[in-house]
Amino acid sequence: MLLTNFLMLSSILFCIGVYGVLARRNAVMVLMSIELILNAVNINLVAFGTIHGSISGHVFALFIIAVAAAEVGVGLAMVLLIYRNRSSIDLDDVDLLKG
Amino acid sequence: MDTVWGDNVAQNIAFYLIAAIMVGAAIKVVTSKNVVHAALYLVAVLIGMAGQFILLGAEFIAATQLLVYVGAIVVLFLFGIMLTRAQVGSDPDVDTTAAQRTTGGFVAFILLVVMGYAIYGTEGLSETKLPEERVQTIAEVSDSIFSTYLVPFEAISVLLLAALIGAIVLARRD
Repeated sequence: MLLTNFLMLSSILFCIGVYGVLARRNAVMVLMSIELILNAVNINLVAFGTIHGSISGHVFALFIIAVAAAEVGVGLAMVLLIYRNRSSIDLDDVDLLKG
Repeated sequence: MDTVWGDNVAQNIAFYLIAAIMVGAAIKVVTSKNVVHAALYLVAVLIGMAGQFILLGAEFIAATQLLVYVGAIVVLFLFGIMLTRAQVGSDPDVDTTAAQRTTGGFVAFILLVVMGYAIYGTEGLSETKLPEERVQTIAEVSDSIFSTYLVPFEAISVLLLAALIGAIVLARRD
């Protein structure tokens, strides 16, 4: 199996995630796109770790999974707080800091 | 034959099949107008990712992926959708304006071109093959976590605790 297959798959998923972050207005859906991006990075780490016969790629992939879990927990709590204060999770409405 | 499929035809077919499902589901995640459908397409992407980890010989990561992502994070997303009272059925307001979407698609496409050029333009990278024997045992992973990466591991533990407390403080109702 070629290494570039996995790298290209990871790039494609990363770009789809970037598109999702830019094209979505619903905060929960933006968080989903961020999950896509984090997952794409994991495949890169594991593929390069396998190429070099090193276990570090696997360990860092595990760390990223843990960080992603923490990020989603806090992120959804913030979305919930925004919803409670403004009855909407439309990110275009969250513009209080705009002059 | 060898140049197209590499050494192991079955593994390559599995790779392309899972990759096609993942890319299709990922596109549905970012384009679906129904929030719940997007979350369920995300499950397809995450399970496909676990399959790719198994193809890469990372069995422990694949199991963790299924437990943490499919088991916990997607459920968290569904709770988030439920608690923010998303519209049942398709919701026309989940996307930004057409102009912003076009710009987003343009940015993502340019990024893909740059990364593809970097991957295929790097000398020697496109001929690199994964080793045939590539299964990494759980014992190796745990040895590494509890020796070389002990300090980052403890930091991750504290981070998870902080995120837990932070989420409770943020979401509390008083």
